[in-house]
Amino acid sequence: MTGLADPTVAILLTGMLVGVSASLLGSFLVLRGNSMLADAISHSILFGIALAWLLTGQTSGPVQIAGAALSGVLAVYLIETLTRTRRLRDDAAIGLVFPALFSAGVILINVFARDVHLDEHTVLLGEIGFVWLDTVTLGGIEVPRAMLAMAVMLVLDAAFVLAFYKALKLATFDPDLARALGLAPGLIFYVHLSLLSGTAVAAFDAVGVVLFITFVVVPPATAYLLTRRLSSMIVLAMILAAASAPLGYAVAFWLDVSIGGAMALATGPFLLLAYGWRRWRAWQQARAAGGLQSPSASA
Amino acid sequence: MDHELGQPHEPDLALHVEDLTVSYGDRPALWDIDLNIPPGVLAGVIGPNGAGKSTLLKAILGLVPLSAGHVRLFGHTYAEQRRRVGYVPQRSSVDWDFPTTAVDVVTMGLYGRMGWFRWPGRRERDRALRALEEVGMDALADRQISELSGGQQQRVFIARALVQQPDLLLLDEPMAGVDATTERSIIDILGRLRREGRTIIVVHHDLQTVQRYFDWLIFLNVRVIAAGPIDSVYTARNLRRTYGGQVALLDEGRQRNGGPEDAGPAG
Amino acid sequence: MPGLLADYTLQNVMLGAALIGVISGVLGAFAVLRRQSLLGDALAHAALPGVCIGFMMAGAREMGSIMGGALFTGVAAALLMVALTRNTRLKMDAALAAMLSLGFALGVVLLTWIQRRGGASQAGLDSFLFGQAAATTRADLYPMMILAGIALLGVALLWKPLKLMTFDPDFAAVTGLPVQWLERLLTAMIALAVVTGLQMVGVVLMTAMIIAPGAAARQWCGSLLGMVVLSAVLGALAGVGGGLVSALAPGLSTGPVVVLLATLIALLSLLLAPRRGLIPAWWRRRHRRSHTSTDRILQTLYELAREHGDWRYRVEQGAVDAYHGMITEPQLSTLADRGLVVPAQHMPDEGRHWQLTETGVAHAAEYAQRRRRRFGNGA
Repeated sequence: MTGLADPTVAILLTGMLVGVSASLLGSFLVLRGNSMLADAISHSILFGIALAWLLTGQTSGPVQIAGAALSGVLAVYLIETLTRTRRLRDDAAIGLVFPALFSAGVILINVFARDVHLDEHTVLLGEIGFVWLDTVTLGGIEVPRAMLAMAVMLVLDAAFVLAFYKALKLATFDPDLARALGLAPGLIFYVHLSLLSGTAVAAFDAVGVVLFITFVVVPPATAYLLTRRLSSMIVLAMILAAASAPLGYAVAFWLDVSIGGAMALATGPFLLLAYGWRRWRAWQQARAAGGLQSPSASA
Repeated sequence: MDHELGQPHEPDLALHVEDLTVSYGDRPALWDIDLNIPPGVLAGVIGPNGAGKSTLLKAILGLVPLSAGHVRLFGHTYAEQRRRVGYVPQRSSVDWDFPTTAVDVVTMGLYGRMGWFRWPGRRERDRALRALEEVGMDALADRQISELSGGQQQRVFIARALVQQPDLLLLDEPMAGVDATTERSIIDILGRLRREGRTIIVVHHDLQTVQRYFDWLIFLNVRVIAAGPIDSVYTARNLRRTYGGQVALLDEGRQRNGGPEDAGPAG
Repeated sequence: MPGLLADYTLQNVMLGAALIGVISGVLGAFAVLRRQSLLGDALAHAALPGVCIGFMMAGAREMGSIMGGALFTGVAAALLMVALTRNTRLKMDAALAAMLSLGFALGVVLLTWIQRRGGASQAGLDSFLFGQAAATTRADLYPMMILAGIALLGVALLWKPLKLMTFDPDFAAVTGLPVQWLERLLTAMIALAVVTGLQMVGVVLMTAMIIAPGAAARQWCGSLLGMVVLSAVLGALAGVGGGLVSALAPGLSTGPVVVLLATLIALLSLLLAPRRGLIPAWWRRRHRRSHTSTDRILQTLYELAREHGDWRYRVEQGAVDAYHGMITEPQLSTLADRGLVVPAQHMPDEGRHWQLTETGVAHAAEYAQRRRRRFGNGA
């Protein structure tokens, strides 16, 4: 076995693709203060994945991905609707909607899909170790299906961010001004979250729905602590996410543990290092200020 | 129908608001507002908390849905006049930890006219730098915005509106939480803009300075209590009616008992 | 049915589920009111590595040490979250999501580490993901009872300060309450509730058990005591119902069934609760509409025309709606049928307007006079 279908290559590339596309979209989510929507979306798509599987007998493929992604968008819509009734705060609305959709998905799988490869543990944790088994032939080259799906989603995500960079940035920083200038922040928001849902669906094969959140939130949060420009924050987040994949793979190989889990966990040390660096800088500044201040007093 | 779309309506006024009602839920936030502001004035909007001052600006900018009425800027709708209007929202409305620099924030003011897909280049940066110079912030252009003081952040916001070269400028509490020096320099900038013939509408909270700062005044408390040149409307009676107790939306024949009327703060 | 209820396993399941419902209902009420609903989510996911650590330390599936481990990592994640938000510019939502996902990732890594070393059995540790009620033994119940007892006792002892802190944290701080310590205690107690439920509901869905009963009770009750009690009752209801269903249909994981039941209760409360419910609110609006007489609507038009000094003044319907806080279309149509008003248009970007006819003006003036005579001319 050679090329893209080689197990190591397939696992590493797929993991990196998941990390890069998740943190690209996640940067805007973290900056908007909506990180928990990643949690809501990635749990809720289980309902769509289960439905798409019931209807078509497949979990991968463009129609399935788009269809399953709709349930992520549905979750966002339901959360907004519940919040609009002004009977619930948005945090409670999030916490009410996604467990319900996730539960509905688990029960669908429990009842209808007991003995197939779609079981709730796979959906939760992913099976990145096996992505190289399921391949399609593309122009004579054997390509793992999950990798192909992730690559397509990355291209779509990147095209969206590059084309609408200004509008995304302003909609994130100051939605009122974006609307006043005619830049339709509401529409941008929904397209952004639809792409995030689609990316989550494409990624579930590899890392599962819960570990996907790690790549959406942790590398952007780390980069946020280290950079002063939006563009450098996004690039750094993507680099950190891409670096986590081989790092995690090495750890998983060495300790014989879940590859997806180790890749997600590998984003953690970067966050801790960034946090430590920030604290050290704050302490240094406090000392330079000449006071007897402790670091916590100045941070 | 009296007017066709696209046909100017009251083109001689910088701002023409007629029968405007905005409601949040069951209660009107603004009720039956009529307002005419000629070009070239520096107008203050004053009123107690919850009077709808910010809502008025947002209604003018089409940021909140109108229950009734219409707004015209120099005779046209806001959508037709987007480029002639600058907006300075409350400083607390955005997250100042956002990873960006002062000059970048100012460039955002140009995003509207650059269209969807063009990226800002040297020309945009130069214009943004000039706007920062106007507010005395050019030395801090490449500072990250979280490292700026409150007053400096406010000046960046004003530069972001100035870079649009607006004919009508709307500011929401620009003096809130800024130091005395910044307040003076902001009012200098606004005065200069007015002398250039631009129209400025400022939501303001400090009654002490109203007379010194503005030449036109709008007393707002859900309704327009009074509006006009400051010499003719700045009276103890109007202050009392604006700040003292509730305002009846309509006199429906059944009059309220007069509430305890606080003595309005003397100007 | 009696035979079924006497079933030993089922007794355990129902007892445990009721316990979880009560404890998460009580603490969830505070979490919902304090806008910390998602804290439970982060704590539950971050408890997974603790489950594994507890298992490794005890060397067996021993509930006491598993719960101890879960509590430890849950609280550690909460402390890290506080450190991240207090010392950096990271916001709470990002800190929550980061700790939730990293905690879960660590849990997954440890879980596979245990499984692949085949520690005695796979230990059924992955049942902690979605919960498995049927596996609950009487011995499992004791640590659950102890944890729930500690948390309930804590709430009872700290009732007054917790209440004050929930409704007005600033004031609580001013009166000298150690608000920071109380917050940490409350977080620890929420972690206790989460850990209690891990065995039956699982880490992924425990968040719903914290939020749904509290959100449901909030719709029915105005007082904190009433809300906490009702939240506990509703939580127990969802727990017992879900436990029963999943015990009787062995293919179903317990967690999802309990969560769907709890969500159903919350949705019904949102719709039906007498004061805050959406349907009663809609009904009241409708009722008010049918009792707001056409005369009053006509009066509004009349007063507006008078204020604008123009009897032919056209009033936009949205203004009448906003004034009365309802849709006034039916009344206006009735008025139009009686020839008192006519529809009109004004500006192209505005909605429908209405204009008084001459008869309408006369009718309204007469009505106004009648009212004035009846109520006197005011002060």
